[in-house]
Amino acid sequence: MNRSAIDLWVGIFVVIGLAAIAFLSLKVGNLTSVSSAPGYHLDAAFDNIGGLKLRAPVKAAGVVVGRVEKITLDPQSYQALVSMRVDQGYQFSKDTIASILTSGLLGEVYVGLDSGGDTQMLADNGRIAKTQSAMVLEKLIGQFMFDKAASGTTAPMANDAPKAPPKPAQTGTAIVGGAK
Amino acid sequence: MRADALTWALRRVGERTLSWIERVGFAARFSLAVLAHSPAALRRIQLTMREIYFAGVLSLVIIMVSGLFVGMVLALQGYEVLTRYGANESLGVLVALSLVRELGPVVAGLLFASRAGSAITAEIGLMKTTEQLSAMEMMAVDPLARVVAPRFFGGIISMPLLTALFSTLGVFGAYLVGVKLIGIDAGAFWGNMQSAVDFRRDIANGIIKSVVFGIAVSLIAVFEGYNARPTAEGVSTATTRTVVASSLSILALDFVLTVFMFRGIGV
Repeated sequence: MNRSAIDLWVGIFVVIGLAAIAFLSLKVGNLTSVSSAPGYHLDAAFDNIGGLKLRAPVKAAGVVVGRVEKITLDPQSYQALVSMRVDQGYQFSKDTIASILTSGLLGEVYVGLDSGGDTQMLADNGRIAKTQSAMVLEKLIGQFMFDKAASGTTAPMANDAPKAPPKPAQTGTAIVGGAK
Repeated sequence: MRADALTWALRRVGERTLSWIERVGFAARFSLAVLAHSPAALRRIQLTMREIYFAGVLSLVIIMVSGLFVGMVLALQGYEVLTRYGANESLGVLVALSLVRELGPVVAGLLFASRAGSAITAEIGLMKTTEQLSAMEMMAVDPLARVVAPRFFGGIISMPLLTALFSTLGVFGAYLVGVKLIGIDAGAFWGNMQSAVDFRRDIANGIIKSVVFGIAVSLIAVFEGYNARPTAEGVSTATTRTVVASSLSILALDFVLTVFMFRGIGV
């Protein structure tokens, strides 16, 4: 094999090797996020975003229409400001509700958009006014436990309470009997 | 009788230890000599280019095909397990992290050791057997600068590029199986991958690993070749030793590097 052929092959090898490193850095490691499809920005403020991450999907009726681009904390209101990039083809009305949802119990967290009936559409850099925070599982469990504890302490105090339910049950059976 | 047997056993232990120390010392001096001759190899870049061709370009096919299939199998098996937990959108994360951090450098290193390392050892060993190295010394050409150093640097330069190609083809194979065959959402596949893989922590550390493995495999390959007994049997033993020693040192080094990189001791 002569010298110029070796040089050519080594050149090809080095170029595709460097291209592979570039691919790993850009596409796998997301060193700089490059967005290709044309789109517009929408902002929304949430009290709590739960486990929402950058590049999480934005879905309307379960269809992915965009991605979360930026998450910051508003230092005045202590709300999370979520900036989304939505595909140009999808327009949403001004009274759209944005909510933080989870696909399945342990699945990924995403932003759900429910379009309203307003005829005016949200423009680029528009602000979604109505938002619904993430349901934090720990808080829900805590609330449930608290309710359980509260009802547990009140139930023995009201002694009439256990007696009350059998009566409707009896009437219920009576109605069934009457129907026979 | 018993004292004789004891002396014999002790003498064997001493002999083994001394020959081992001698060998380690020779390997250390040899490594330093190769490094000392590295300017010569880099000045005559044409010699190194030739070795990059033999070690790197000719390993492309096996590296790329293996990477593709490792990625595809990882995707199939990963999907199988992840669906049980309803986390099949994390398939991209699983495949990318395992390839970039561990499997890419290690498997590419093992393939490189058996494909290129063995060839380097056999070539240098046969040069020694046919007294080409002695002939060079007769002509006042230093075989370390003319033969050993270019092969050493050819291996070091090829190894990170081959590893990157292996990982890239692996991710592409996982994309083919995960997105095209099984039907995971392409956005979730890439999006989850990109939010989980960090450039410095994962990709840079993977490249550092591949450079270290490249140095280890190339050094072992040229050392075993240069140190081979000048017989047909000696060359074959040296080639075997190259593959075994470099595979074991890759695995051991990988463990040490992983401890330092991902356990918060070093980085």
